Amino acid sequence: MLSFILRRILEAIPTLLILITISFFLIRFAPGSPFTTERKMPPEVLANIEAKYGFDKPLYEQYWSYISGLAQGDLGPSFVYKDYSVSELVATAFPVSLKIGLTVFVVSVVLGVFLGILAALYQNTWADYTIMSFSVAGIVIPSYVVAPLLILLFAIYLKWLPAGGWNDGGWQYMLLPVVAMAKGFTGYIARIMRGSMIEVLNQDFIRTARAKGLPTRTIMLRHALRPAMMPLASVLGPAMVGVITGSVVIENIFGIPGMGQLFVNGALNRDYSMVLGLTILVGALTIAFNAIVDIAYAYIDPKIRYS
Amino acid sequence: MLATARKGLVESLQNNLEVEGRSLWQDAWRRFLNNRAAIASLFVLGFIALFVLVAPMLSSYAYDEPDWGAMHAPPSWESGHYFGTDALGRDLFVRAALGGRISLLVGILGTLVAVLIGTAYGAIAGYIGGNLDRLMMRWVEILDSMPFMFFVIVLVTIFGRNFLLIFVAIGAVSWTGMARVVRGQTLSLKNKEFVEATHVYGLPRLQVISRHIVPNVLGLVAIYATILVPGMILFESFLSFLGLGVQEPMTSWGALLNEGAQTMEVAVWQLVVPATMMVTTLFCFNFIGDGLRDALDPKDR
Amino acid sequence: MNLLEVKDLRVLFDTRDGEVVAVNDLNFSVTPGETLGIVGESGSGKSQTAFSLLGLLARNGRASGSARFRGEEILNLPEQRLNRIRAQEIAMIFQDPMTSLNPYRKIGPQLSEVLELHKGVGRKEALAQSLAMLDAVKIPEAAKRLDSYPHELSGGMRQRVMIAMALLCQPKLLIADEPTTALDVTVQAQILKLLDELKKEFNTAIVLITHDLGVVAGLCDKVLVMYAGRTMEYGPVEDIFYNPSHPYTQGLLHAVPRLDIPGAALATIPGNPPNLQELAAGCPFWQRCSSATEHCQTDAPVLETFGEGRLRACHLESRELLEVV
Repeated sequence: MLSFILRRILEAIPTLLILITISFFLIRFAPGSPFTTERKMPPEVLANIEAKYGFDKPLYEQYWSYISGLAQGDLGPSFVYKDYSVSELVATAFPVSLKIGLTVFVVSVVLGVFLGILAALYQNTWADYTIMSFSVAGIVIPSYVVAPLLILLFAIYLKWLPAGGWNDGGWQYMLLPVVAMAKGFTGYIARIMRGSMIEVLNQDFIRTARAKGLPTRTIMLRHALRPAMMPLASVLGPAMVGVITGSVVIENIFGIPGMGQLFVNGALNRDYSMVLGLTILVGALTIAFNAIVDIAYAYIDPKIRYS
Repeated sequence: MLATARKGLVESLQNNLEVEGRSLWQDAWRRFLNNRAAIASLFVLGFIALFVLVAPMLSSYAYDEPDWGAMHAPPSWESGHYFGTDALGRDLFVRAALGGRISLLVGILGTLVAVLIGTAYGAIAGYIGGNLDRLMMRWVEILDSMPFMFFVIVLVTIFGRNFLLIFVAIGAVSWTGMARVVRGQTLSLKNKEFVEATHVYGLPRLQVISRHIVPNVLGLVAIYATILVPGMILFESFLSFLGLGVQEPMTSWGALLNEGAQTMEVAVWQLVVPATMMVTTLFCFNFIGDGLRDALDPKDR
Repeated sequence: MNLLEVKDLRVLFDTRDGEVVAVNDLNFSVTPGETLGIVGESGSGKSQTAFSLLGLLARNGRASGSARFRGEEILNLPEQRLNRIRAQEIAMIFQDPMTSLNPYRKIGPQLSEVLELHKGVGRKEALAQSLAMLDAVKIPEAAKRLDSYPHELSGGMRQRVMIAMALLCQPKLLIADEPTTALDVTVQAQILKLLDELKKEFNTAIVLITHDLGVVAGLCDKVLVMYAGRTMEYGPVEDIFYNPSHPYTQGLLHAVPRLDIPGAALATIPGNPPNLQELAAGCPFWQRCSSATEHCQTDAPVLETFGEGRLRACHLESRELLEVV
């Protein structure tokens, strides 16, 4: 088991390095520097600025200094917020996205798994049809359609909740964004869970469990839940990264100062070091969570563990 | 002599298999026709396509012509603004149709590119296997861990705001899922008799892939495409939402949605019209995808 | 008194293409300690018969008729009442030991949960009893096995675990659904010997479902021959073997490999079992029967008494039958 974990981690490192390298050079070769878009600057000023950010050095030196900075957790200076480093900006924005993301994650996994099991147990009854209709609606209707409608209803017409803002994550400010973000994710999980649960319930070992006289609840919890969760595990890793790194749309609509906002501002203002930093961060998280999922798989499935 | 005889035998065998294959498709088609949600979706989608094509001709307004006397005008039959107007007084009926053209076009274009690359990539990786497969799949893994937005930003800076080109490019980076699916199917096809039979008369590998592997993964590709098209449409609206999408006065459903969300307090139809059309389209693709899956994958019945 | 008495048992499945009758008016009984063999080709409805008794039919299946266990009706009981009978009174062994154990759980808890549930004993005591039962089914290093996952055991060992699991509560009746089909020939013999010993040790009645007449000969007291969901022949094992009264039984007997006669060719019954959805009037077997007449095509034979304690469904006179043999 330990050697499996080690091997999986060692595999992830070259992937991450390639990702960093590709991102770095793509950004550097993209035409136009962040400073050319602003009003015309005298060349000597421009050269000054470029020297300040190390753009005058040869590319491999820039690359090396970026990598060594990265190893110390330094993502470089922001080109746009002149007095801040990318790491500092991320350090303030990430907790915000993380808080919403984790809430969304927990809510949708718990709710989605529960609804999926329910739909599987009452397969082809009205309960199943209702759950699945809502799931499909949740998946299909995009969040930037739902979010404005939620604001319209609860903030503007009913005036129960604020239309946006963050306010250090008070629950009134979290509720609508979480709902808008979680509905699709919940539906998605419910749908996967239903499918895999139905498949598991048709397995021979479930019939064995029934022949033992075990009550349905025990069969579900002890015998069916774990195998039915297997297909979900591979989805949850990337999904986790997706929700904790912030939804660009949701943060934009609700005015939440999270990672999504940073990304958008970085993109619109050509803050390349910000975009590069966030890309690497998200990429690293994705690779890490994929590794975690693989390790979790090995833990859940005894067959993988011993081979 | 012997070789040609053997080749003839194998080919006649294959012909038999292909006849069976054809009836398999017929079977799938029959099952698809029995799926009411999918058939209804097909009709609705056809209607939407017809609408986006002909609606601009049915209206006396142009998509980019502001009507200063009728800003934020609600839908009305008499004025000819059947869906109302936007903040500049431009006719939403015409704009929704034009936006639909763009949204559907990018959806189809992006999907086409993704399907072509993904199918070829997956089939080659899966069929040839070995180190090449390992290398190719590692590359897919790297692409998958890159945030989508990053590509878009790079693409926008490279292509400027050439909208269709951006979507060709987006298609060119969103094929990884397709490649994985096709590769998996190819791996299982590889050991089937009719593919192994091609070794007997030494058909070149690329021809085996194009003649025997690709036709047999088309079902899966079709299913996956019904997921990709709405994905592309959603991505377009996401870009428009950020202001990186289609440029004024041209529009798309996503751009209309974004404008509608900002003015929903005073003119709710500006949100409702594009939202309804887009959501309907997305639902249709969803049901068609489900129908195809049920029809082509009898195991799932 | 009969331990199990099955009357007019029917099993129906609702499919896309309409209703399919998998088991058609089956009657049989088992007395305490007795072994009944149910024999037939795959798809003849043997397994569905077994599943219907314990309420284990697939979602789209339903059963009608009557099945009395110690005088009490058990067919179509609500799940809760069935759960008191399952494992406790009637236990079951399944065809494929590779898939019938939960691959995600260790052997120990899979065994002990039966005792915890039905006997109300604690985990420790339940594990101790499970260990004793693993010893009884002759699993080597039984203590170690409690801590193993199913995939770490061979097929034969897994089937022994299944048997141990079935016998934990010392049920009065054991239904064994093709317990040896998925196993190697040598392992088959071991498992059958084990079943025979355990049956004597625990005085358990067994309903043994198999397609292999060789298995029946060694183990059973009575035999029910099934074809296309119907009874073809029913009676004591000696009579069926030495004096088969139905062409189908005769065909099955010829299909048993004879190792004692050198150079004997293995006979087979030509053709395949009929599609249950397209079953027409007439004897279901007539198309494969070498002595079928026009009568057989149009009228299905009814199950009639044929000698002492025997039943059979065939139009042929016994005289004609002898000629066939």
